[in-house]
Amino acid sequence: MDKNKNIERKVVFWPGNIIVAEAAIAAGCRFFGGYPITPSSEIAHVMSKRLPEVKGKFIQMEDEIAAMGAVIGASLTGMKAMTATSGPGFSLKQENIGYACMIEAPCVVVNVMRGGPSTGLPTAIGQSDIMQARWGTHGDRPVIALTPAYSDEVYSETIRAFNLAEKFRTPVFLLIDEVLGHLSERLEIPDPSEYELIERPRPTVKPEDYNPYDPSFGDVPPIADYFSGYRYHTTGLNHDMTGFPTTSQELGQSEQERMIRKVMSKVDEFESYEEYMTEDADILIVTFGSTARAAMVAVSDARAAGIKAGLFRPITLWPFPEDKLRELSKNIKGIVVPEANLGQLIYEIQRVAHCDAPIVGVNKVGGVPIYPNEILVKIKELV
Amino acid sequence: MTIRLAHYLRMNHMPHMWCPGSGIGIIVKGILTAFDELSINKNDLAFISGIGCTSRAPGYLDMYTLHTTHGRALSFATGVKFSRPDKNVVVISGDGDSTAIGGNHLIHACRRNIDITMIIVNNNIYGMTGGQYSPTTPTGAKAATSPWGNADHPFDVSALCKAAGATYVARAHVGSGVQLQRLIKGGLEHKGFAVIEVLSNCHTQYGRRNRLADPIDLINDVAKKTVNVRQAVKMSEEELEGKYVVGLIHKDESRKEYCEAYDEVIKRATASR
Ligand SMILES: Cc1ncc(C[n+]2csc(CCOP(=O)(O)OP(=O)(O)O)c2C)c(N)n1
Repeated sequence: MDKNKNIERKVVFWPGNIIVAEAAIAAGCRFFGGYPITPSSEIAHVMSKRLPEVKGKFIQMEDEIAAMGAVIGASLTGMKAMTATSGPGFSLKQENIGYACMIEAPCVVVNVMRGGPSTGLPTAIGQSDIMQARWGTHGDRPVIALTPAYSDEVYSETIRAFNLAEKFRTPVFLLIDEVLGHLSERLEIPDPSEYELIERPRPTVKPEDYNPYDPSFGDVPPIADYFSGYRYHTTGLNHDMTGFPTTSQELGQSEQERMIRKVMSKVDEFESYEEYMTEDADILIVTFGSTARAAMVAVSDARAAGIKAGLFRPITLWPFPEDKLRELSKNIKGIVVPEANLGQLIYEIQRVAHCDAPIVGVNKVGGVPIYPNEILVKIKELV
Repeated sequence: MTIRLAHYLRMNHMPHMWCPGSGIGIIVKGILTAFDELSINKNDLAFISGIGCTSRAPGYLDMYTLHTTHGRALSFATGVKFSRPDKNVVVISGDGDSTAIGGNHLIHACRRNIDITMIIVNNNIYGMTGGQYSPTTPTGAKAATSPWGNADHPFDVSALCKAAGATYVARAHVGSGVQLQRLIKGGLEHKGFAVIEVLSNCHTQYGRRNRLADPIDLINDVAKKTVNVRQAVKMSEEELEGKYVVGLIHKDESRKEYCEAYDEVIKRATASR
């Protein structure tokens, strides 16, 4: 987002959940299908009030599966559509999330993470759904997940989630957590002139020449809105470029590869992360979301104690910014991975980092955020 | 050869995948005839299904066709209809698809009274997966998962939908094509959630296990068990035991349709600004 210094922005003091809802509307979201679940419900509250004000549609469905289905149905008519949930609801949505990946329907799924497994801790922080976001639905498919850490970032990443969904014709996850969802912070609402809004590619060919998965238009073929004159078939079965089922092995392979390639070949364009004092760091902290805020403090405290610590914070968590981490981990003496779960991101770090240095986790569950000194203790153990 | 209703068909995707003698063909013809009689433009029509033999129908129809996940067709259809209330949305679904895995969506669509026409093809069995018993398999009947006879008790689908609040409920059977077309047409014309339950035959999976392997025998058996609504009112509960009442079972035009009710929400929300 380009911040223009001359623009007067509205200043608000909002919790993250309200920011998500308002940013979604600013991004052009006009359909919300949901099912109440703590700690995400405020998003639905705001959407139910705000959407009809902008002639959009809000619907509370009978469960999360239905909410996901309704969102995909709305998306097919050309609407920018979103749902918001938390752990148990995210689990329920998985089959239809895979369906959206398969038919390549743009949509945004917000998960305000809480403690798990099962009902877990409805009102307290968890960061234990990041691997569910990565692997939750069956089959291989592309995954884009964004993990903001500050209120202004919650706003901008929500807008980016819609843009990426439209651009790549795929569901995009916005993963925040209970702390971010409920923490009120000062926010300068960006002016619409400060960000770009992207629309899905739509067909321009004659309806009789239209194919919903036509590779001659590249890896992200244009998608026609229902009722726009381009009648076509949509199925979750393996399909060919016409959209009809096929059992061809070659087409099954090439279509799935295209689906993944459409995202992976453009990673450079949307990879995003923050680095803090990494240039000369001996100890690298890798974390995301609200836990990164504690990590920032830990880095400063470590520096004050004469330890060269630095922070690497992926904002686009999936696909993981592999090249950058590989580069940062070259001359490092140790990596600390704090996360509000019992060790998930650490697997990715172990896979990606090129170093013999120890990689240790700071893992805390039970609903209390990780404190800076808990990270600091691990940093000190490593030096 | 000219084929009637071919303008609604994707002839290049024929032949279809259904067993010879399956009732689904008769039902699809009934649906298309109703579309034709009402001059419904295929550019204004979304035809949506879940998973199963029945749910493969959309692939053969030249309109906006959406073959979704097992049991979930109505949730997708709700998203489509709510986004575009000016268009026609029709759902087709098997008995397993609509009343087992999709049962929750069914009762809530009935309650919500959203203007979708739902055709439930009730063949008393899970056809596609190999003949396991479904929520409509009669007690005692044999299925792949009830080789000793079904211990379970079946749903009366039409009664379920009426109780859940559907404002148009009708039942027909595949042996009576004209009544079937008429009831589907009535459902399409109705403003609100309309269910047409069609008693159908799966001789391959249900019939063969229950001494009704010939499609004609099974269709006759289905027909034999039906009794018209007008007749039914004169019959006692004992006489109606094991019978399926066919015809227009319920119609209520007084309840507001969901999208129209939401338009009023939009009016209130925009007026207060
Ligand atoms: C989530 C899920 N569970 C199970 C299945 C397997 N499955 C496919 S079709 C079907 C049953 C279909 O029966 P019915 O809805 O009665 O339709 P019919 O084939 O008889 O027309 C099942 C269980 C599936 N596709 N998805």
